[in-house]
Amino acid sequence: MALSIADLRTKKQFADRLFRGTTLAGGAAILVILTLIAWTVTDKSSLVFKSEGLNFFTERRFAPSATPAVYGALSFIFGTAVTALLAIIIAVPISLGLALFTTHVAPGWLKRPLVALTDVVAVVPSVVFGLWGIIYLAPKLVGPFQTVSGWFHGVPVLGSLFGQVSAGRTFMTAGLILAVMITPIITSITREVIETCPEADQDGALALGATRWEMIRGAVMPHSIGGIVGAVMLGLGRAMGETIAAALVIGSSPALTANLFSSGDSLPSVIALQWGEATSDVKRSALIAMGLTLFLMTLVVNFAATAVVSRSMKRMQGVS
Amino acid sequence: MLDDSARTAPSSPLLSDLSGVSGRRRTTNTVVTVLMGLCVAIIFVVLALVLATVIGKGWSIVSKEFPKWFTKDIQLSPRRPGPGMKAAIVGTIITTLTATVIAVPLGIAGAVYLNEYGKRSLFARILRFFTTVMAGVPSIVMGLFIYVFWVVPRGIDGLNSFSGALSLACLMLPIVVRSSEEMLRLVPQNLRDASYALGATPSRTILTVVIPKASPGIISGSLLAVARAAGETAPLIFTIGAAKQVNWNVFSGTNTALSRQIYDNAKESFPAAQERAWGAALTLIALAFLFTIVARVLSARISRNS
Repeated sequence: MALSIADLRTKKQFADRLFRGTTLAGGAAILVILTLIAWTVTDKSSLVFKSEGLNFFTERRFAPSATPAVYGALSFIFGTAVTALLAIIIAVPISLGLALFTTHVAPGWLKRPLVALTDVVAVVPSVVFGLWGIIYLAPKLVGPFQTVSGWFHGVPVLGSLFGQVSAGRTFMTAGLILAVMITPIITSITREVIETCPEADQDGALALGATRWEMIRGAVMPHSIGGIVGAVMLGLGRAMGETIAAALVIGSSPALTANLFSSGDSLPSVIALQWGEATSDVKRSALIAMGLTLFLMTLVVNFAATAVVSRSMKRMQGVS
Repeated sequence: MLDDSARTAPSSPLLSDLSGVSGRRRTTNTVVTVLMGLCVAIIFVVLALVLATVIGKGWSIVSKEFPKWFTKDIQLSPRRPGPGMKAAIVGTIITTLTATVIAVPLGIAGAVYLNEYGKRSLFARILRFFTTVMAGVPSIVMGLFIYVFWVVPRGIDGLNSFSGALSLACLMLPIVVRSSEEMLRLVPQNLRDASYALGATPSRTILTVVIPKASPGIISGSLLAVARAAGETAPLIFTIGAAKQVNWNVFSGTNTALSRQIYDNAKESFPAAQERAWGAALTLIALAFLFTIVARVLSARISRNS
């Protein structure tokens, strides 16, 4: 009761500062966690870098039980890159088609169900796709793989890309499953970017007598291409980091080969699969170092993607 | 059929007449339209196949073992059938719940800072950028991080539900921050101005005007993050241990989760293990959809009330 107005004000100000500080702490938590991730993971990887040096990145053999033990990540880095690229090559046309169909072809009543379709794909947990891939899809793929391999037998380049089929679990299988998993993210960003395309540009193209496809190619695509590239790179980052589905369907036998129908291995899958058997400190350190490698690879891709997306968003806001 | 939809496309009435267009251009247009439709069909067929397989195979074991599926511990030997999945259901629920309790308040606080205080300042822009970066960090790296940072110093006792929850919280945090900030941005500025004009302090304005207005969106965004976390497997491999019995204690003792059970059993070649994997997959999908539906209903109800 004896509080003066001035007292009340300082008390209020204190509460206000406290609140502001709390929210700031929430935001700063992100920076703290990211720093801790980088620091602790690098710190624990140092053991393997001490014994292997930079050979870790160029050595293709990973033989922890050999004497002397060899720890090389090259074939896993290769597998990660190959499966992620395959996933992108398969997913990008499908996502583009899906996004364009939703925005420009589908009648009004069909738009919401189509958006919901991609959302549902995004909700299915990755381990469920992995389970479906390993038990249902992989055995069914051996036949089609052999057929394709037969077509290109003896053809240069294509013959080695689509070579001998070793099993249902291959680089290609992992690429297919990853493609399904990254389609929602590419589709939804692409759709948002396309929707920002100014109506006037599209109407102008149509008024000039363009067909719908010519309008998309001439008015929508030039406007949206930056954002789409960003979306694709975000998808690439996601495909590289997806662990469990890839771990289940890639076959887990490290290989450095051009043959997409061969079993292989990737960084996240070797970490997940070998972790339980990793009893020595050096082997654990090697697996953590692979995590670090994966972290850095996705970091580079995501940095680039974020930069591309934000730049094109800015440009588009300037336009409309 | 596709031609029909082209004719009724609302935003492009001019397309209804392609008669003056040369044959080649018309063919290209039709072919591309058909290809786009094909893309939709592909995704639809794949999703339908996945869901049909999971529901078909999952239902056959869940109904065969009902109600033991929900009340009994997990079979110790992967090759033998039976009896239940209770330990994993409990594990998934308590671990995800703990992760939510950690990540959602922190994430909303961060979003409030970004949208209400930081705005376009350099620090806020940096923070926003790193939120996007953190959203791209592979989930397996989050698991390794919590293992190195939290589990190792505690030794064998470090493998528990709480460690798993920490790694899931790291995964959820950037998603919650980003979706909440989007929602806060949609709150009209004149509401804030009105509150200030009545003499309210910034903190009071935010707590009683801005956040309630944005809460439907914040809740549904957070619940989507929860659904995502409930389905994650990779971080749990390093942090949660491998239990087969129910463990309600978050802070001590190893635990398990549905996603872990799917992964572990999918790797086995025994039919009994694979059956269990399908059953666990159905249970997990049902849980994830339940979260999503609850999110929709909650946000609809709250937006109606406010």
